[in-house]
Amino acid sequence: MKHNFTYFFSEGVGNMFSHGFMSFAAIGITVACLVVMGTFSLVAYNAEVQLETLESEYEILAFVDETCDDARTQQVGRALSKIANVKDVEFITKEQATENFEKKYENDYMLQDLDAEIFRDRYAVFVSDLNAVNQTAEAIRGVEGVAKVRVDEDIAGGFITLRNVAGIVCIALIAILLVVSVFIISNTIKLTTFDRRDEIAIMKMVGATDGFIRWPFVYEGFFLGLISAVVAFLLQWLLYASVAKSLTMSDTMQLLKIVPFETIWQPVMVIFGAAGILIGIGGSLTAIRKFLRV
Amino acid sequence: MIRLTDVQKEYDNGTLALRGISLTIEDGEFVFLVGPSGSGKSTIIKLLTGEVMPTKGRIMINGFSMTNIAERQIPLLRRSIGVIFQDFRLIEKKTVYENLSFAMRAVGAKAREIKKRIPYVLELVGLDGKMDCYPAELSGGEQQRVAIARALINNPSTIIADEPTGNLDPARSFEIMTLLERINRLGTTLVVVTHEKDLVNQFQKRVIALEQGRITGDGIGYNVR
Repeated sequence: MKHNFTYFFSEGVGNMFSHGFMSFAAIGITVACLVVMGTFSLVAYNAEVQLETLESEYEILAFVDETCDDARTQQVGRALSKIANVKDVEFITKEQATENFEKKYENDYMLQDLDAEIFRDRYAVFVSDLNAVNQTAEAIRGVEGVAKVRVDEDIAGGFITLRNVAGIVCIALIAILLVVSVFIISNTIKLTTFDRRDEIAIMKMVGATDGFIRWPFVYEGFFLGLISAVVAFLLQWLLYASVAKSLTMSDTMQLLKIVPFETIWQPVMVIFGAAGILIGIGGSLTAIRKFLRV
Repeated sequence: MIRLTDVQKEYDNGTLALRGISLTIEDGEFVFLVGPSGSGKSTIIKLLTGEVMPTKGRIMINGFSMTNIAERQIPLLRRSIGVIFQDFRLIEKKTVYENLSFAMRAVGAKAREIKKRIPYVLELVGLDGKMDCYPAELSGGEQQRVAIARALINNPSTIIADEPTGNLDPARSFEIMTLLERINRLGTTLVVVTHEKDLVNQFQKRVIALEQGRITGDGIGYNVR
């Protein structure tokens, strides 16, 4: 039988309106599930971005031996930048180091107006992979002209643990939420379908094929999913924007760099749309399967 | 033509509903299927409509062999059969016209065919003028006429009626049976399952009596042996 698009489309949309309350319930639950999953994913994404920023700011300090002249110091810099896993190298003169130190302890008058000669010239070394920080530090120690290396292994280890734990928790929670959402949505759509089991039985009785019966439900699931996705997306935007605004205005939380929604709305919209449509169609197909066995 | 040869049906729970039934119903025949509850009448209907398959024996209906019918052929078989139920099974949210067009749409009929066929069938069952009514606005007899119209709408060669007068008073029952007889005269094979002895005896038709899954009589009139 030819795919009768106009008929299936009008039946799908018509069914959605004629079973208004159940459609409303299905949309409500899908929206709730999408917003919960969306919120969690966005929190996880922001945490990831935050972590990446912190990781990119992590530095190993390589102090240059005070016996090195300018040319030798520059040679040390070139040698450092050639080490594997080194992303960037930044030279800090002893004068800059003094200034930074004094700024850090500006409330302590004992630590002001210091002689720059008590500091060493140094290189701040930025790495690509925090997992290999120990090997990189070892390689830096081997560079001729490097007097001392300061590496905070605990902080690097902390970042790695945090990233691993956050990754596992994030995946586990999203998976649990997804399974719970599909289960709830499938059951809600099953209720709407249960209401129509007589219609399905009559269609089967007069000789309708399973495909013919299924298509209006596929369209209905598609539209329910799409409407849910649009509503959920707008709600998510509103929620995200208001939370981001209150965080930036907060005294204690303003250090957190919240990713602006304007920069991520496109992928978020695509993910919401795809998830809503998949959940809608999947839920419809799962729900009518039982009633087609006549 | 309907032909059952030594048909046995045992359900998964061990109930032996039919114990070796053989019968033939020719094209254009009007047959009453009678018997007490549990005699196997409903099982025969389910076998004829492809809802269940026989455990043993052979069934041929309108050129389809139920012994080796492919699942995709069952809708085609069902299009050659119209089924009428005691409880009408109309869709309450749809008008008479929509109930019929729904059944025609389900088999892929075009809008033009639907517009032409429905008034004709409604006139045939005596319901012209009720096209826009909802089932709840009709009497029991009228609702059963809509169900008959729906069974007829796709022009099946056979109509199977399961206790079609079970919910109606004697006068309405007689009207419905007369209508079915008229449809039969137009060439459709009719198989009517009923309990109503008096009603059956008002029509001099073939009666097949069933008891405990066996045929106990086949002839004219209710008390056949």
